[in-house]
Amino acid sequence: MAAAEAYITGVGQSAVGAGQTRHPLLLTLDATREALDEAGLTIAQIDGVSTYPGRAQGYLGFSPVGADELIDALGIRATWYAGGSEISSQLGAVVAAAAAVRAGLARHVLCFRTVYEAAALARPEEYPPLRRERVDGQAQWFAPFNATSPANWTAQYAMRHVKRYGLTREQLAQIALTARANAMLNPRALVRQPLTMDEYLAGRMISTPLCVYDCDRFTDASTVLIVSAGAALDEVRCQPVRIAAMAGTVERHSWDQAEWMASYPTGRDLWKRTDYRVEDVDTVQLYDGFSFFVLTWLEALGFCDVGSGGRFVEGGKRIARDGELPLNTFGGQIGAGRLHGFGFAHEAVVQLRGRAGERQIGGDPRVAVCTSGGGPLATALLLARD
Amino acid sequence: MKKVEAMTVSRALPRLDADNRSFWTGGKDGQLRLMQCQDCRTFIHPPRPVCRSCLSERVESVAVAGTGVVDTFTVNHQKWHKAMEVPYVIARVALDGAPGVFLTTNIVGCPVDSVDVGDRVRVKFEQQDDVFLPLFEKIG
Repeated sequence: MAAAEAYITGVGQSAVGAGQTRHPLLLTLDATREALDEAGLTIAQIDGVSTYPGRAQGYLGFSPVGADELIDALGIRATWYAGGSEISSQLGAVVAAAAAVRAGLARHVLCFRTVYEAAALARPEEYPPLRRERVDGQAQWFAPFNATSPANWTAQYAMRHVKRYGLTREQLAQIALTARANAMLNPRALVRQPLTMDEYLAGRMISTPLCVYDCDRFTDASTVLIVSAGAALDEVRCQPVRIAAMAGTVERHSWDQAEWMASYPTGRDLWKRTDYRVEDVDTVQLYDGFSFFVLTWLEALGFCDVGSGGRFVEGGKRIARDGELPLNTFGGQIGAGRLHGFGFAHEAVVQLRGRAGERQIGGDPRVAVCTSGGGPLATALLLARD
Repeated sequence: MKKVEAMTVSRALPRLDADNRSFWTGGKDGQLRLMQCQDCRTFIHPPRPVCRSCLSERVESVAVAGTGVVDTFTVNHQKWHKAMEVPYVIARVALDGAPGVFLTTNIVGCPVDSVDVGDRVRVKFEQQDDVFLPLFEKIG
């Protein structure tokens, strides 16, 4: 084990469900307990906390728990902490934690993402939706044209693939079909019914070419990843997974001024920072807030050429759990629920440790890529079991 | 409540400030206005008081042609709120004479299934309160 490197040690997750009533801080505690237990650590050994996007005051369902709040609530003595939305998407919080442990600012950083979007929607009196007289910032360029949903923004990039590269609905469908098939084997998944191609093709259109099955679903859950310093691995009691490379970028911080989504430069950067190559990857856990993101990640990471993501996943065999490149084996956000970025890193670690139960992939996997975001913001992590 | 014309679409309006006022009110004079660096001629959108190419602060609001090309688009079918009338077209328009600038907008005045990438479009302002929203229509 290399002392100067960063590792993911414990991983944990609360119950995942829509309309949970358990306090979001307690969901975070559930995930924390599981992660600590797995790593063989106690809360007293945690000396850092990192989260995305921090407590979202105007939109609590999106992020009900902040880093400072968790530190106080769990009695953590933090020598370093960070939380905020101005970072290269959700897994940027893990990048920050890895940088911190490598710099010697902390030994074991608790990284968390807690979501309460379904509960907030179900209980508007407790979680009132944000109301503004007028919009400003980024929103002003979209809201006046009723282009308020990320579905609309993503759909326009997807349409470009349809028009330029001939992406078909049958090809795009494979992302949702794969996610839903994998979710069947994940006891924590939000949606555990299979999806057929016929159902997909008959799916209600949201924003062309994206239909309802291309979108993830709100959920209430917390996911925790503990990032530990290589020098502190003698304190843990689990198989550590090394963060072999990290990359994250922002493209104009805009959904309409950027020629390319941020996934593309992020994917390229990742391979500049490692001796591993695309061929070494055993499984990919790629952000699927919308199915189309997955195609851009496959292209961005070099699994196929730009524009050929649709053909790469055609038929679905290649990305199936028993295929050559198992994808989103926990169901992704489309099947498992909108855990918002952290679910992909959680699953990569679980698979690399061979602890995925019924959905465990074969072939003794050692190398995985997980990502978050993909629009104006993107993060990619290369994880390796040495 | 303010009287709204029957055909007026419900829209969230921008809060006007020193940076964005010329963009959102240019339609009063029939002009689509963008910020442009007076040193290196780069267009700056969203509007900011500095050029992102050369860091010059000589940034001014200038009128552009008001025509462009549909770079990409989507037909929105989802009613995101109750008052919403669907379907409608959301497009990203590449503006003539302002390389690198795109506007997210609506293509209006044509059937939703008649819009395609590469369509030539021209601005058509829609006034709501003190804001002139740059919508676009197909040319020809």
